[in-house]
Amino acid sequence: MSEEKQSIEELYADAAHWHVNTGGETIHAKRVTGRFRNYKWFAGSLWLLYFIGPYFRWDGQQAIFFDIPHRQFHMFALTVWPQDIWMLSLVLILLAMTLFGVTAVAGRVWCGYFCFQTVWTDWFTWLEEKIEGNPVQRRKLDAAPWNARKIRLKLFKHTLWMLIAIVTGVTFAAYFTDVFDLWLRYLSLDAPLVAWAVLAAFVFGTYVFAGFMREQVCFWLCPYARIQSVMLDKDTILPTYDAKRGEPRGKVKGKGNESRGDCIDCQLCVGVCPTGVDIREGMQEGCIHCGMCIDACDSIMDKVNRPRGLIRYSSEKEMTGIKLPALFKRPRVIAYSSIFMLSVAGIVYGLTHIPPVELSIVHERQPLYIRMSNGEIHNKYTIKAVNKTLDDLHMRLSIDDESGVTIVGGTMDVVLQAGKMVPFSVFLTAQPENLQEKKTRIRFILENTGTPAVRLSYKSVFMSPVGKQE
Amino acid sequence: MAKQDKPQHTPDTGHEWDGIRELTNPPPRWWMIAFHASWIWCVVYFILYPAIPLVNDSTKGILGWTQIKEFKQAVEENEAVKAPFLQKVAAMDGQALLADDGLRNFAESSAKAIFGDYCAACHGAGGEGAQGLFPNLADDDWLYGGDIDTIIESITDGRQSNMPAHSEFLNNDELNQLTDTVVALSQGKATAEQMTQFDDVGCSNCHGMDGKGGAINDLGSGAANLTDAIWRFGSSREEIMRTIRDGVNQDPADVPNTRIAIMPAFGGKLSPEAIKMLAVKVHEFGGGK
Repeated sequence: MSEEKQSIEELYADAAHWHVNTGGETIHAKRVTGRFRNYKWFAGSLWLLYFIGPYFRWDGQQAIFFDIPHRQFHMFALTVWPQDIWMLSLVLILLAMTLFGVTAVAGRVWCGYFCFQTVWTDWFTWLEEKIEGNPVQRRKLDAAPWNARKIRLKLFKHTLWMLIAIVTGVTFAAYFTDVFDLWLRYLSLDAPLVAWAVLAAFVFGTYVFAGFMREQVCFWLCPYARIQSVMLDKDTILPTYDAKRGEPRGKVKGKGNESRGDCIDCQLCVGVCPTGVDIREGMQEGCIHCGMCIDACDSIMDKVNRPRGLIRYSSEKEMTGIKLPALFKRPRVIAYSSIFMLSVAGIVYGLTHIPPVELSIVHERQPLYIRMSNGEIHNKYTIKAVNKTLDDLHMRLSIDDESGVTIVGGTMDVVLQAGKMVPFSVFLTAQPENLQEKKTRIRFILENTGTPAVRLSYKSVFMSPVGKQE
Repeated sequence: MAKQDKPQHTPDTGHEWDGIRELTNPPPRWWMIAFHASWIWCVVYFILYPAIPLVNDSTKGILGWTQIKEFKQAVEENEAVKAPFLQKVAAMDGQALLADDGLRNFAESSAKAIFGDYCAACHGAGGEGAQGLFPNLADDDWLYGGDIDTIIESITDGRQSNMPAHSEFLNNDELNQLTDTVVALSQGKATAEQMTQFDDVGCSNCHGMDGKGGAINDLGSGAANLTDAIWRFGSSREEIMRTIRDGVNQDPADVPNTRIAIMPAFGGKLSPEAIKMLAVKVHEFGGGK
């Protein structure tokens, strides 16, 4: 064998150790009990709020209601209009910073405990275990030829999965319309097309992603998985295998193998992993930091009378014996939490300062001005005033100006209908000899004549063909 | 561990170059699923929708979908939404329509497109007209009257005024004098002597003894108010003189420079409701009476 040939053979041998999970094989993870399993159940159960969310009522209507046709978002006592949508960007920043901050401190907490993909997958596999049995039985069933029992079990499982998927889809759609009406419409097959489309997308997505693709979504579809991995640093605590303590791995220490480490190579950590990775190979992209391997390993260590924590949450620094710096001394944590606090401040300010009326005035451009028969110049404006309150507002429009521009008829009284924006026109007039320039700066004042006190001003211009200076 | 991860144990095609074997690993399953889903989608789409171009035509697809059908359907839906309002508009006269805030808004918005299609070419998108050519609809000077009913009448039946070409019976000096009179009128400085000439020439027959015109006078000519700041055909002395000399809507064969001012009748082209709504829009440009 030539030297060249040999090196290629080595490459092949090397490649045998690559494990690229492309979903060729369904991962049937064993379920264990333990601390992190409990955390996962708790975090996952918070998603129940998602399912009951649409049924809350507030002031006679749905408490959480994203009213797309009317461009209003209702959250209990709060109504957010499109004009206030800048707060949404702050909410997104806040969520991003929470994700970044938590990731910098404790790794992919989101992925491991709270992500809808992993949580729904968890529910689906829990059902699978209840119906088809433990992983060994499941693999056997998968390989078995089709018979009445297999059909019955599979049908039962897929029906339950489908039910979860349907409830998930209906719940999502229910945030955008009245939930009771929606159920009625779905059940009577009388829902609008968009509702069916949303339902279909969610049912399909839930059923396929949580039922079949599972960890493949984390591996190949999820962008968060990619960005989260790059946010880890040497201070981040992650589920880590203590190789120093564990290696060399092998059967339980006894006579003749005293030099062995604590790892008894039972493979349970691999068996319980929902993404099928081997944590003992170190931090890797497939690991979603759910801690199931920690629970598994701890249970084994208890059995073989070794201290727990052969696999434990630990940082790269800690593994080399360096103590973790305090949270407030880490630049990443400081940066993320500062931005977080700024976003919170912005949102709090925004929510407490939503103006009751939003005013916008557009000067008519075609024509810029109209000359009337008595020589006066008229300008036309379109007033758009959104009344965000629940009551009609009686407002008075006037001009705050000494340049001789007035509203035709002095002032103008308008009624802004509750929760509506009905545009209206107003004409301003001026004698050309009073105007200093072709373009006169003016200010509209819109005031409430009753309560609550609302006073808005809006700058605009008055155009004329002639001015004094000409 | 999937078998494709163990190259030594994977079947190959028998091809080998420099020790590198070509393996027969299938593509990943998700890729194959996506691939099959894609071509199935393609076939289904080709069957359902117009797809394959032929020499003069294309395959139609069994759904019979076309863009124009979709458009027409959308138009129908839009019209169904508007229908109840249009019924109300049809049952109302112009005055009542103006007085109803909601319907007036509806009329103005609906008439926007009609105005753009039929009126804006001459009168401008905002009704500003074109100096000397087409009258301004936004001001408060009306040749035929600015109340809603008269505006409806103007749109329905059209308008065509008539002013004789005075070059036929006035000489140049007289024309100049008369032009001075009209300019003076607009400035409020016309003398009694000038007004006598105004009357003698016959201007007052249409424009009135005081030159203030009259929306529709006995002759129904829509004679202009000569005393205000608005000029139908231009405000310079030259333009005023041309109007007097060559008249309005004379036979161009006799008077080549005559002013042409013809508003076509839209009664046959537009429905009465459309005209009513257009009138509201014109009225609300700012000069309605």
